[in-house]
Amino acid sequence: MAEGLHATLRQQAPIPLEAELACAPGELLALVGPSGSGKSTLLRCIAGLHTAADGSIRCNGETWFDAAAAINQPVQARRVGFVFQSYALFPHLSALENVAAALGGLTFAERTARAHELLARVHLDGLEQRKPSALSGGQQQRVAVARALARDPAVLLLDEPFSAVDQVTRRKLQQELARLRAHLEIPMLLVTHDLDEARMLADRMVILHRGRTLQAGTPDEVMTRPQSAAIARLVGLVNLFEGRLVHDGGLKLEWLDHKLEIANITGNAGERVCWVIPPEGVLLHRRERPSRGEAENPVSGVVRDCLRLGPFTQIRLVPDGGGEPLAFSVPTHVAERNGIAAGAAARVSLLAASIHLMPWESLDDPRLRSA
Amino acid sequence: MDWAALSLSLQLALATTLILLPLAVLLARPLAWRAFRGRSLVEALVALPLVLPPTVLGFYLLVALGDASALGQAYQALTGRALVFTFDGLLLASIVFNLPFAVQPLQRAFDAIPREVREAAWCCGMTRWQALWQVELPLAWPGILTAIVLTFAHTLGEFGVVLMVGGNIAGETRTVAIAIYDRVQAFDDHGAAVMSATLLAFSFAAIAAINLLGRRLGHRG
Repeated sequence: MAEGLHATLRQQAPIPLEAELACAPGELLALVGPSGSGKSTLLRCIAGLHTAADGSIRCNGETWFDAAAAINQPVQARRVGFVFQSYALFPHLSALENVAAALGGLTFAERTARAHELLARVHLDGLEQRKPSALSGGQQQRVAVARALARDPAVLLLDEPFSAVDQVTRRKLQQELARLRAHLEIPMLLVTHDLDEARMLADRMVILHRGRTLQAGTPDEVMTRPQSAAIARLVGLVNLFEGRLVHDGGLKLEWLDHKLEIANITGNAGERVCWVIPPEGVLLHRRERPSRGEAENPVSGVVRDCLRLGPFTQIRLVPDGGGEPLAFSVPTHVAERNGIAAGAAARVSLLAASIHLMPWESLDDPRLRSA
Repeated sequence: MDWAALSLSLQLALATTLILLPLAVLLARPLAWRAFRGRSLVEALVALPLVLPPTVLGFYLLVALGDASALGQAYQALTGRALVFTFDGLLLASIVFNLPFAVQPLQRAFDAIPREVREAAWCCGMTRWQALWQVELPLAWPGILTAIVLTFAHTLGEFGVVLMVGGNIAGETRTVAIAIYDRVQAFDDHGAAVMSATLLAFSFAAIAAINLLGRRLGHRG
């Protein structure tokens, strides 16, 4: 049996699940999806806190759960390190005792020494005797991480571990996790709804929607090459359109009045498709001087609105011929120099290498919209 | 002062508390944490002694524990003793009429423990038994204390059920509450006053102690 964690889980209720995931030792896999997508339920199944109707969970060759073979190891036997969203520290115990509580089987002296060591590893030396109520949110999270690692777990499960702290603390804790994980040779699962967080910390991510695992891949793959329009919506991609493949001196993408060149295009002429382009793939043309790339899929239109967000300005351009606007952002000084304002005419290039094609599905489908 | 009656009352209160507390813990945990069919029914049954007139509860207990009942006969066969008009029967009745005083504070206390904290204990490798002793009971401690004091004090003061099930047998079933009634009936106002004052002082001290201890634990937690 392969190393790492392998889970296949199915159930209808209380939350429908149809999920499959694998996480190698030392790998950090992010489970990403909106609220109610089944991320936490999946994590709870792996920990043994919830039993799915069907499926199996295997970790390092050990079967933790197999519905068909009626195997269901109890939580205690699975050796999971679980960091809960609320941290779930024992409020009546000190930080040291919280960590020591997960060190059953050792003598009192060994437990204490090991708990000291673990707390030092998460930079909490000196605060060992404090109760959770006397610790800040970030410090509580660190105690929870130390406690989760205390059992020398076979897998580390992190359920939105950064959601209860402020932005500054979050960044700090994320960096600490990134440093800590470099020394961990176990599968790590991180549940989050924050795509940036997943992108920053995870080696791979799995997109979950209504209990189904839709796509797994590196964050870059999933964010720039989603397998479907639904996934593109889930990961928050904005420039999502419908088009059709046509022959026009080679296969091209017909969109409005444009015939767009696309790098590595495959498919048949006449085929309807959905396509997406990241905002970074939309280049604003300079007003006075033509620039490099101007010949690449030029599109002209009218600025619907521009929103200044600190050093960057977010622009939405309605292409000539109508339709949904193209969204992209430029440095604020560039927007100013080029006279970008609501109602102004502007031209952009759509980089051929940035356009990604997906199977067609109606973008007006309400199910897709709700995604 | 009827010292035998006071001693009997204290013995009854102690035995009731010791037996009822683990039972109440067993009952209160699922009531607090699990949604099962018939939960409302169980809660209503537990609360019944709060609203039933003691004589009604006493009457049913008398029927249920009497020599003609299956329980009474089984107990007689096992121990050679009857359940009604004996200390044993009184203890059983006392456990029943104290159910809400023990179960309800415990249920509230267990209810206040977040599910994730219990789950964290299991994820730490603790068995359910270890989690109970190391996490659940310490966190439910204020509720346990309330249950102990309420059960103890209420047993000392119960009159109607005790009279119905135990009667008034000196040294066997005459508790201090019955003895006070007995003294009044015998126009021994002084005796009644002394015992009443003792009971009053004890009850007051018990409530004050629980409040104080609860506050201390609150500060510590």
